[in-house]
Amino acid sequence: MLQQGQQGTVIPYKGLSPNGDCPLLSLLSEVSMAREKRQKELTKILITGNEAIAAGALAAGCNFYAGYPITPQNELIAYMAKYMPGNGRVFIQAESELAAINMVFGASAAGARAMTSSSSPGISLKQEGISYMAGADLPAVIVNIMRGGPGLGNIAPAQSDYFQATRGGGHGDYHTIVLAPACVQEAYDLAQRSFDLADKYRIPVMILGDGILGQMMEPILISCKAPAARRQNKQKPWALSGCKGRKPNIIKSFALAEGALEQLNLKLQQKYNIIKNKETRFEGLFLDDAKIVLVAYGTMARIAKSSLTRMRLAGERIGMIRPISLWPFPKQAFCPRNKKIKYLVIEMSYGQMLEAVQLALNGRAQVEFLGRSGGGVPSEEEIINKVRKIL
Amino acid sequence: MERIFCRPESLYDVPTHYCPGCGHGIAHRLVAEIIDQLGIRERSIGIAPVGCAVVAYNYWKFDCSEAAHGRALAVATAIKRVRPQNIVFTYQGDGDLAAIGTNETVHAANRGENLTVIFINNAVYGMTGGQMAPTTLLGQKTSTTLDGRDRGKHGYPLKISEMLALLSGVHYIERVSLHNPQEVLKAKAAIRQAFENQINNAGFSLVEILSPCPTCWGLSPKESLDWIRDHMQKEFPLGRIK
Repeated sequence: MLQQGQQGTVIPYKGLSPNGDCPLLSLLSEVSMAREKRQKELTKILITGNEAIAAGALAAGCNFYAGYPITPQNELIAYMAKYMPGNGRVFIQAESELAAINMVFGASAAGARAMTSSSSPGISLKQEGISYMAGADLPAVIVNIMRGGPGLGNIAPAQSDYFQATRGGGHGDYHTIVLAPACVQEAYDLAQRSFDLADKYRIPVMILGDGILGQMMEPILISCKAPAARRQNKQKPWALSGCKGRKPNIIKSFALAEGALEQLNLKLQQKYNIIKNKETRFEGLFLDDAKIVLVAYGTMARIAKSSLTRMRLAGERIGMIRPISLWPFPKQAFCPRNKKIKYLVIEMSYGQMLEAVQLALNGRAQVEFLGRSGGGVPSEEEIINKVRKIL
Repeated sequence: MERIFCRPESLYDVPTHYCPGCGHGIAHRLVAEIIDQLGIRERSIGIAPVGCAVVAYNYWKFDCSEAAHGRALAVATAIKRVRPQNIVFTYQGDGDLAAIGTNETVHAANRGENLTVIFINNAVYGMTGGQMAPTTLLGQKTSTTLDGRDRGKHGYPLKISEMLALLSGVHYIERVSLHNPQEVLKAKAAIRQAFENQINNAGFSLVEILSPCPTCWGLSPKESLDWIRDHMQKEFPLGRIK
């Protein structure tokens, strides 16, 4: 039986309170515990998910932002336009998503903590730049507030960019770290963590949300102190700053000589293996006695949790796994107690994370699927009906 | 004895990969000489393009970044905004700056970014084997215009420098050539002006350099220089544009 681990929080079932509250499956445990310890330093504000990501970026010392308008992430660029200028921070409304991501490339090459944000069609355009950054070992944070596709699609929430986000997205053998917040507080927290991970591994990090998370307002606790400068000026000896007192630095992904590109790729693979071992994150709920385990991330996990609560109150043994890191995928969360345990993957897409769950279980348990997309969102009732069908 | 000519400190002592008669070697050297003369090597950051000059950072001895094809001015914009104390320039070919990167070029110029642009116009895509460039002359044969560029099928040579001169954000544009030593000296003066403008925070400065590509033009190095003189500069007149 999986216990609370370094990278995952698993909450055992001890019964629900009379009003049906179950443990808040939406906060990183260590972050929320740290937050409780310093309540007095914190301020409660009401804010949208888009703005919370922007606020988290500012708190993390983000000093460069370039973006291009697209719904449903416009609150994010507006927040950055309002609060970025000054204190050595740069805000640019770019002429396109292509320009924005390449501005992020440049800012990162120059040592800045750089971020861009967009929504699905715009993220497709950014893939070229993300691939270049992966190849050049450049840290950056890219926010995708997903909407329905393919093509222009619509502006309703969706999770249909999971494959694009977790499989690299652009050309070449690469990955970005992908983090999926499920509430506005977590969006704020993960925005900060994203910058630390990006710098630690010199890798692009994607925050993957959807239109509901981006637009939804929730109260969150933020630090009332000035944005932390502590992380901002981390030494980056590889960055471009002028070659005074050292050999010239070159930022590039190009490796033309025979064997050079293979070596570059092998180095990337080494980095990815370290990240796979150290940076998976998830939450598990009531896995100790569950007969059916729901698997969902982001907004979908919120709805799945409501279904779970209702079914628990009716005496049904339901648990849940919420991956927080989508790449690397938290395979270790999937360890069924016996062969009768069934997993139900629920997505706002047509079976994308499903494949990751099937790979993680590798035939050790039955995997079922419920998904809608193109603006369709599986409801609590649909989830409950599906569970009862397979129970 | 006084030494009056030597390799610029801003150039590594290595052979280049360029074809015989190519203009890139001259243009690289002019940039390096000016950076030396202005004493800015230790704070310069160059953006190499995609194209024949993709490994310019193997020749220039100062900090450099690559940029995806056409995106050099987006990359340069951010570097200069993050590090305004550094001298940031892009070095781009005609396909890079005036076809795939037109949008980034126009908007960086229109924002008046305090950058220096070295724009190599050789009227072809050199690296990929001599296809039609936006600046290919009417009638010029390339591997994608076998009967010569036809105005009805391919449009006209794009005068991006004249277009950019219309923008209020642009401070300085000059077109120069490498087809004889006198013109090379004029090119050097224009490059110096474009870097001095940035040092003086004057704004967006671009030097368009007509540069020979004997390999893709199917001419000898000498014939290539004459072709610039006799044909290319008629379509692209030399001199200060803004």
